Amino acid sequence: MRPNKSFLLTLIYDARYRSITFQVLLLLSIIFGIWWVVDNTVTNLAAQNKGVGFGFLTQTSGFQISPTLGTWLFGYEVGKSSYLEVYYIGIVNTFIVAFFGIFAATILGFTLGIMRLSQNFIFRAFSTVYIEIGRNVPLLVQLFFWYFAVLRTLPSRREKVELIPDVMGINITGLYIPRAMPEEGFSLTLYAFLIACGITWFTSRWAKKRQQRTGQIFPMFWAGVGILLGLPLVVFLVTGSPLTWEYPVFAETGPLLKRGYQAGAGVLVIPEMLAVWFALSIYTAAFIAEIVRAGIVAVPKGQTEASSALGIKKNYALRLVIIPQAMRIIIPPLTSQYLNLTKNSSLAVAIAYPELVSVFAGTALNQVGREIEMIFMTMAVYLTFSIVTAIFMNWFNARVKLVER
Amino acid sequence: MKKFTTALVGIAGIALASNAMADGHGGSTLKQVQDKGFIQCGVSQGLPGFSNADDSGNWAGLDVDLCRAVAAAVFGDASKVKYSPLSAKQRFTALSSGEVDILSRNTTWTMTRDTQLGLNFAGVNYYDGQGMMVPKALGATSATQLDGANICTNTGTTTELNITDYFRQNGMSFNLVAFEKADEVVAAYDAGRCDVYTTDRSGLAAQRGKLTNPDAHVVLPEIISKEPLGPVVRQGDDQWFNIVRWSLNAMINAEEMGISSANVGDMMSSDNPAVKRLLGTEGKFGEELGISNDWAMNIISQVGNYGESYEKHVGENTPLKLARGVNALWSNGGILYAAPIR
Repeated sequence: MRPNKSFLLTLIYDARYRSITFQVLLLLSIIFGIWWVVDNTVTNLAAQNKGVGFGFLTQTSGFQISPTLGTWLFGYEVGKSSYLEVYYIGIVNTFIVAFFGIFAATILGFTLGIMRLSQNFIFRAFSTVYIEIGRNVPLLVQLFFWYFAVLRTLPSRREKVELIPDVMGINITGLYIPRAMPEEGFSLTLYAFLIACGITWFTSRWAKKRQQRTGQIFPMFWAGVGILLGLPLVVFLVTGSPLTWEYPVFAETGPLLKRGYQAGAGVLVIPEMLAVWFALSIYTAAFIAEIVRAGIVAVPKGQTEASSALGIKKNYALRLVIIPQAMRIIIPPLTSQYLNLTKNSSLAVAIAYPELVSVFAGTALNQVGREIEMIFMTMAVYLTFSIVTAIFMNWFNARVKLVER
Repeated sequence: MKKFTTALVGIAGIALASNAMADGHGGSTLKQVQDKGFIQCGVSQGLPGFSNADDSGNWAGLDVDLCRAVAAAVFGDASKVKYSPLSAKQRFTALSSGEVDILSRNTTWTMTRDTQLGLNFAGVNYYDGQGMMVPKALGATSATQLDGANICTNTGTTTELNITDYFRQNGMSFNLVAFEKADEVVAAYDAGRCDVYTTDRSGLAAQRGKLTNPDAHVVLPEIISKEPLGPVVRQGDDQWFNIVRWSLNAMINAEEMGISSANVGDMMSSDNPAVKRLLGTEGKFGEELGISNDWAMNIISQVGNYGESYEKHVGENTPLKLARGVNALWSNGGILYAAPIR
């Protein structure tokens, strides 16, 4: 260090302090930047005579929402329910479509990914065509396609297509399925299921230990299915089958507007939800298929050869050697696909599915006009969903990760 | 080091941008508009007759004419307008954030919007009411027969609230399917998703042409709400508010006085003091607004009076075929009544 340099230059040129200097500067500019934005926002809001506050959440909402899981769960009623309930309804509807979307996209994606590596030409070609179309057509276009394809193919409101006669039917107003009506004593069956889960878990631990000790393989899959289905079924029958089904009701006669499926009987799945679910699953599955294929291809061929050299049967080799190694490669990008799917569900606003962006950051925002608070609340929901998904997937990733010994 | 510089530049950029935004709210809108040389006008994403772009991207309609009138008043040139198509959901945020200078987008004047959104309604350029359209095959002749109907509409509008109120009042059940854009509402209604399509009656008239078979549908007689549609400006800039309000008043007054784009040249030499005040040959009404005295003359010669604009875009000879009805002048049995220029 040269003594004639000034103090400030020392902070920049001296390797001992340089990194600290720049970090402090960066921190200061970030603080300044945030302060600037917040200050401007407050000034601008004041100039428009608008305050900041969450008082609007207790006001009652004056608009109708399509019957969905959210409205049913919170017993939504116009003029009685508050904007806070509208918020919850939005969250539930976003969650449900993301949940089922992830479920379907995973199954479809894994199937297609494996199909793409198949020896069978038809399977391989189908999968390739699917993936290229699915990945390369924008999601919004697919959303419109499915929505209007669904609408145009379904019969009108006064007609029906019975999927299972008198039990399950569909027309343009939606899919009608029976509603389970638990009676007294049904909770015992649920407890039995929980106990069965516990037993299965302990059995599988025991089976694994025994296999490590003695090399004997226990048919865990079938045993698990037996316990999980058998125990609740026995309890269910013993308690006198305390569950009835409420079936959809279809009126053929009466005033024209009253014909068709009757509101309140059975469960209604609106076509908007079906379209969103189809589009999200089909779109994301294309990406997942590629991730799965990449994961499997990335496992060195030597692993397959080594397995067969050891005399491991082909399907065991796939399940016990190839897939576990492929999973390590698949899981991190799979997580981003799950996060994408959840966030993409906000496009559903375009086709009238009442999810969070549609009912809360849309209709409710327009009635109340609290943009900053409401967008902030909406962002918080997506952030929470994403973080929870990421934490779960990281935990899962840590489990399947290569354990170095 | 490189990362750090990038970050710093980024932050500086954000700071500058937010500073610019803050400036956007201070100062007079008129000054800003004059500096940039055009008016940014928020319009609909395509509502024939009110604000609709043709194949070559030229906007036309009753709402568009209002923005053109303001441009004529401010610049003496009605073409100095740029248009921002906005969804119902975006419109107020776009106005209050300074993205547009005027919102002229078939927007209903309600108390909540006037008092809670930091906005001001500068007048009414179309008195509308919400109506309902149903397929003729439904056989309904009145809205009171619609118990249990599925109803398609737009999200983020007063129509959602009105239809909910109407059905609650009449003790009828219904199911609302609310889309973000009008095109999807029409498509879903056309596909049979809903028994009823509800929006302002002017909107029903405009959108009807997009249906596969427009004649197979009928608009029910009930008008279930008052929908005074008008231009909106930001609260807190009275000068700009006055310019927009009086541009509209000038168009209505011109019709009342019989001044049109065809005869405005002759009228310049009129002896009628009211005409002279309107056309700026007497008094300094324009200067009081901060613009030139021939402001109203420019509006009339370039855009026309209210009646001309109405007939051209939504009147009997257009596909919308909307009769003047309540939108006729007060002297002709309507409720259109502009304050005098004096």
